[in-house]
Amino acid sequence: MITASKAKTDSKDRIFFFLSGILLLSIILYSYWISPLVTVAILTSSLRQSTPLALGALCGLICERSGVMNIGIEGQMLLAAFFGFLVNVWTGSLLLGVISGIAAGMLAGIIFALMTVSMKMDQIICGTIVNLLAAGLTGYFYPTGINATGKLKAYSFPFLSELPLVGPVLFRVSPIVFSTIILVFLVHFLLFFTQWGLRTRAVGEYPRAADTMGINANIVRFYNIIIGGFFAGLAGAFLSLEAVGVFERGMTNGRGFIALAVMIFGKWTPIGAWGAALLFGLALAVQTQLQFDQVLSIPHQFTGMLPYLITIIVLAIFIKRNRPPGSLGVPYEKK
Amino acid sequence: MDDITVLKLKGISKTFHGVRANSDVDFTLKKGEIHALLGENGAGKSTLMNIISGLLQPDKGEIFIHGKRQKIQNPRRAIQLGIGMIHQHFMIVPGFTSLENIILGSEPIKGVTIDFQQARRQIAILSDDCGLSIDPDAVTEDLPVGIQQRVEIFKALYRNAGILILDEPTAVLIPQETDTLFKILRKLVKKNISIIFITHKLQEVMQIADSISVMQQGVIKGVFSPEETDEQALAELMIGREVLLKNDYLPARPGKIVFEVKKLTVMNSRGYEAVSDVSFRVREREIVGIAGVQGNGQAELSESIAGLRKIKSGEITLSGRRMPALNPRKMIENGLAHIPEDRLKHGLVLPFSIADNQILCTYYRRPYVHFFGRNPKAILKNSRKLINRFHIKARGPEEAVQNLSGGNQQKVIISREFSRDSSFLIANQPTRGLDVGSVEYVHKQLIMLRDKGLGVLLISSELDEILSLSDTILVIYRGRVCSIVRKEDATMESIGRIMVRGFE
Repeated sequence: MITASKAKTDSKDRIFFFLSGILLLSIILYSYWISPLVTVAILTSSLRQSTPLALGALCGLICERSGVMNIGIEGQMLLAAFFGFLVNVWTGSLLLGVISGIAAGMLAGIIFALMTVSMKMDQIICGTIVNLLAAGLTGYFYPTGINATGKLKAYSFPFLSELPLVGPVLFRVSPIVFSTIILVFLVHFLLFFTQWGLRTRAVGEYPRAADTMGINANIVRFYNIIIGGFFAGLAGAFLSLEAVGVFERGMTNGRGFIALAVMIFGKWTPIGAWGAALLFGLALAVQTQLQFDQVLSIPHQFTGMLPYLITIIVLAIFIKRNRPPGSLGVPYEKK
Repeated sequence: MDDITVLKLKGISKTFHGVRANSDVDFTLKKGEIHALLGENGAGKSTLMNIISGLLQPDKGEIFIHGKRQKIQNPRRAIQLGIGMIHQHFMIVPGFTSLENIILGSEPIKGVTIDFQQARRQIAILSDDCGLSIDPDAVTEDLPVGIQQRVEIFKALYRNAGILILDEPTAVLIPQETDTLFKILRKLVKKNISIIFITHKLQEVMQIADSISVMQQGVIKGVFSPEETDEQALAELMIGREVLLKNDYLPARPGKIVFEVKKLTVMNSRGYEAVSDVSFRVREREIVGIAGVQGNGQAELSESIAGLRKIKSGEITLSGRRMPALNPRKMIENGLAHIPEDRLKHGLVLPFSIADNQILCTYYRRPYVHFFGRNPKAILKNSRKLINRFHIKARGPEEAVQNLSGGNQQKVIISREFSRDSSFLIANQPTRGLDVGSVEYVHKQLIMLRDKGLGVLLISSELDEILSLSDTILVIYRGRVCSIVRKEDATMESIGRIMVRGFE
């Protein structure tokens, strides 16, 4: 009976996603036919806007799949954006900037892991600590009036970038946007086809079962949080070194939290989360375009609501039907 | 049978916070034997097995495996040494397929991925070898309990376990599943696997074991073969005093109807019909037993009767009055007493004291309130009285319930429910997880209540319990009452058959 009901909702979902996919595709093709330039601009922009959300969601789901609720992604991103920017200013190297951004994200992950896994503190409180710490540190040490040495530039793939529509959108992209697409599929593969993935999921669902099979649940959680920090760090580096080119106070602007919503919407799977991130990215891009074109004579505050409105509606519809990992948020203690 | 010793424990001692769980335990397991470890809850069986499987370290003593002294620091080491533990609460990861559950922690690797092909082949070979079949692609948590247990056994065999430890394996099984398990164990023993079988059920020990060690209060009281002992002697050794194994209670003298259910239909949490069109009545001075495999609607039935679950259709009458749905207080005030299925979730507030747990249903009434608040004096007085009357072993009324043993926790619930002036009792799995001494105690209390004039509805998946206590037996299968049998006409076999397929 259980499996039957599961299969029923699954196939319903599949049809729903399939139909909305076709609908979306036809809208895109139609609008490309009407005005190719605007369409390419919107799609490129949604891919860029979705990048930090997808990376944040990867961080979130690597933690949550092993049973740790990480609401400190926002803070990890902010720290990464800050240190990435500073190192870039000091050394003049964008690559070193990105690397130190990632390192900062992972370092914040280590702090979070020490608190939640080793000291078994409440995970929500620890996440809040990371967020407050990041906001405070970056706000206080924020140096005004310095500029980065440029930002990461888009790279054009030969031949592929000449294709209509997909060329400029997918193959004329900046490095972090492009790596994100690869990372999404990589993490999906790792999570469902490798030893690490199987163990991570087991620890997230039922750590005692993993423990009796000789898997140290707390060690798995510890390094998963640090791996998650890699993705949050990359997201931060994207914001300051690729998207904006400068650090601003509070520049993550809630993306770490939207990333969590994106992860839930995507049912804790990387590809699902990526799809959700693209949807939010599209909402953000359409909103910007609407403000830019001034085609609608409504105040920009209303168009600005669009992405957040979508977040609320989507979560209200989907959050009930999605089942989180069994031991999410519960520290594992041996008897 | 070979006389080769595969596992030998010498002088194992373990103390927890000043309490001796094991003291100076010697234990020998021979190759290809089923060695039963018999003892009450809290006798130290689990501690001993956790030491063997690497979850605990002994304070003193030595472990020899195949004659070599070993230190078992963690479960991984135990697995390497060929020790497989099958826990009472299955270690099955929710959502995982049987294949994933089996290979977890010992995954065959090809390149960077798990070699699922290889795993499948290995499982197929094991299947043929032991004559056990499972579907590797089924989601394990959705399978029947007996099959889940088979997956657990597979997990151990997959790791080449030569020593299997089964912790209370039959506690969750129906008689037919138990028979199947015993056949499986016999087959494994022929393959030279040695088995430690932990239990407190005496008949099973006599039926399956090649040798029996009896444990009481952390000490091995003796090692026997089934031929040289009997159930009565084992029981006395295990409990340390004489016990009644057979209940020869006086037959009931039923009076007028106290409780009636008419055409009751209840949905489960997933929205499916869990109880369909059930009608029955319970009289004064009568125990009506509901037999059935777990998950056939018993939980929904008892919840709806207790006012905890919405009723789709039908009516419930208690003491001549029709009861409104979803109003537990009204039910209680009309004379309902309830021993819930899961005492930890629904029966007790674990961090609360014994005294507070004993007034959970009456806290709002005198004498437990006075002026604007609680009346601690009355609450404590009530608790002391009940602790004495029901022989609850605790440091005092203010001790938190979570520190008590399972048997004493159940006594707290019983003391609360029986101290009210009720006319009808639902007891859902009242003896689950209790040791022989406590089971005997609960049974006596139920009979006493019956003779005092209450109607009792006893829901249990332990057939023994249903048969020995009930005056009328209903068999529930897929939410329907399939059979109503009087005590005199009931046999273990016939009821067991109805339990698994709905007809004789």
